[in-house]
Amino acid sequence: MGHMSQTPVLEGGQDKTMVLNMGPQHPSTHGVLRLLLEIDGEQVVRMVPDIGFLHTGIEKTCEAKFYQQVVPLTDRIDYLCPMVNNLCYVLAVEKLLGMDIPPRAQWMRVMLAELQRMSSHLVWLGTHALDMGAMSVFLYCFREREDLLRIYEMVSGQRMMTSYFRIGGLALDPPLGFFDAVKKFLGTFSEKIDEYENLLTGNFIWVDRLKGVAHLSAEDAIAMGVTGPALRASGVDWDLRRDIPYSGYENFKFKVPTSKDGDVWARYVCRIEELRQSREIAKQALDGLPEGPTKADAPKVVLPDREKMKTEMEALIYHFKIVTEGFAVPAGEVYQAIESPRGEMGYYVVSDGTAKPLRVHMRSPSYANLQALAKMCEGKLIADVVAAIGSIDIVLGEIDR
Amino acid sequence: MALEPAITDLEQLKDRPVLAALLAWKPDAVQSAKFDRSELSIYVTRELVRDACNQLKTHSLVSFFSDLTCADFYPREPRFELAYHLLSHQRKEFVRLKVVLSGDDAVVESVTSVWPAANFFERELFDLFGIRFLGHPNLRRIMLPEDWEGHPLRKDYPVEGFR
Repeated sequence: MGHMSQTPVLEGGQDKTMVLNMGPQHPSTHGVLRLLLEIDGEQVVRMVPDIGFLHTGIEKTCEAKFYQQVVPLTDRIDYLCPMVNNLCYVLAVEKLLGMDIPPRAQWMRVMLAELQRMSSHLVWLGTHALDMGAMSVFLYCFREREDLLRIYEMVSGQRMMTSYFRIGGLALDPPLGFFDAVKKFLGTFSEKIDEYENLLTGNFIWVDRLKGVAHLSAEDAIAMGVTGPALRASGVDWDLRRDIPYSGYENFKFKVPTSKDGDVWARYVCRIEELRQSREIAKQALDGLPEGPTKADAPKVVLPDREKMKTEMEALIYHFKIVTEGFAVPAGEVYQAIESPRGEMGYYVVSDGTAKPLRVHMRSPSYANLQALAKMCEGKLIADVVAAIGSIDIVLGEIDR
Repeated sequence: MALEPAITDLEQLKDRPVLAALLAWKPDAVQSAKFDRSELSIYVTRELVRDACNQLKTHSLVSFFSDLTCADFYPREPRFELAYHLLSHQRKEFVRLKVVLSGDDAVVESVTSVWPAANFFERELFDLFGIRFLGHPNLRRIMLPEDWEGHPLRKDYPVEGFR
């Protein structure tokens, strides 16, 4: 509770300015972000973000768990796209182990990661529009997100904290009816995107509110470490899925939307186009899904099937050993970066040769993107701060960790 | 893919663009290098890390500061290993610069003057590891309250219970 009083506040420097506290309970800060705004009338002179309200020491917790026990923790970093975080972590550990993943598991991962990107962007679009005063878009977006959450529930048993990707493959084979559900969703989703665009893109209130607001140049974006749609909206053509492919992304054809404008509108346009491209990738993954196993053949790392445990002695022994002792990972360090809906998500995992990681560090895109917020807002109006926060699409869970 | 043994011989690695540039600039700056699991790590002397970053940036060998973090190898001494993950958009690859710090002198020059993006990352390491960055514009705790005692990500800080 001492946090508020102990955090140094901005001194109201010059004669005319005053300090305004925004958050951490402000609804448009998308979580518990606190901003200290030094304002001159309606104009923001200086902005200082104050974070840490959700800090749970998750990186420290990881060091006390077996490698496979870290997977559920990664769900909780960025709760809008848990599978993307699972993916990044399991790819890092698989790289440490030097493990090959069967193609079917890779394509399933790509498909689900793209579905997660859609549901994450839907939450962004709904809440961003809500911040700007367009109530109804929120309901439309959450209608489709609900369909997606049902798909995740179908495949993993959970709507949000899925933990579906495991080291060496997937937790389970997808159930009957799963592919039909995905196919049905992807079949109608383009029209749904058109529907959002009908509500917003031509709406002159929306356009006026977004165009030319919170501008960020390409140089500034790179200097501040901005990644993801916010970077692409500033004109930098960079997408880790295409440029440093992982998990078989090199097999998929998609466009990377960019824009030169670097304002809130450009970020909106880029993300809407990403929704369409994600649908394309998911469709390609669904149509071309290879047959085969969904788990790597590594009995010392991957938990055996239930059926095998009932009939084979070795399977039972390996199951017991993995659950009670974990598995040792050869010493070394890796940095695995993937393109999350918000930008470059990176996991730095250090192993000392034991069954528990020596260090797990998450490079979260929101954390770096937040640094650019002051640059976007200083000298602009207070009302535009809300637009700027919405446009960088931060998740406080992964900022505070 | 089976794991291949790490290459630590500088002679074999000197063709890598980033390492070649650093060796041509100041051979003393590079302590050692390692190519493991298709990732290149270069150990840089502590005094020269900011200049090395500046050198790499001005010669466009890396274009983007991705990440800065640290691992604590307590009770080994020197215990801290900083890892700077730098990205080249042009060559489409990451490179890792590493700096080794001892526990009683965990001080290194800040790279915020080269990459403003390092600001939050360095504050986080100051907060959670107690590493000081010289020349940082605002070196304060970022995650924990200002009156917190200790640095939780150090290995001698317990995971649970009271301190």
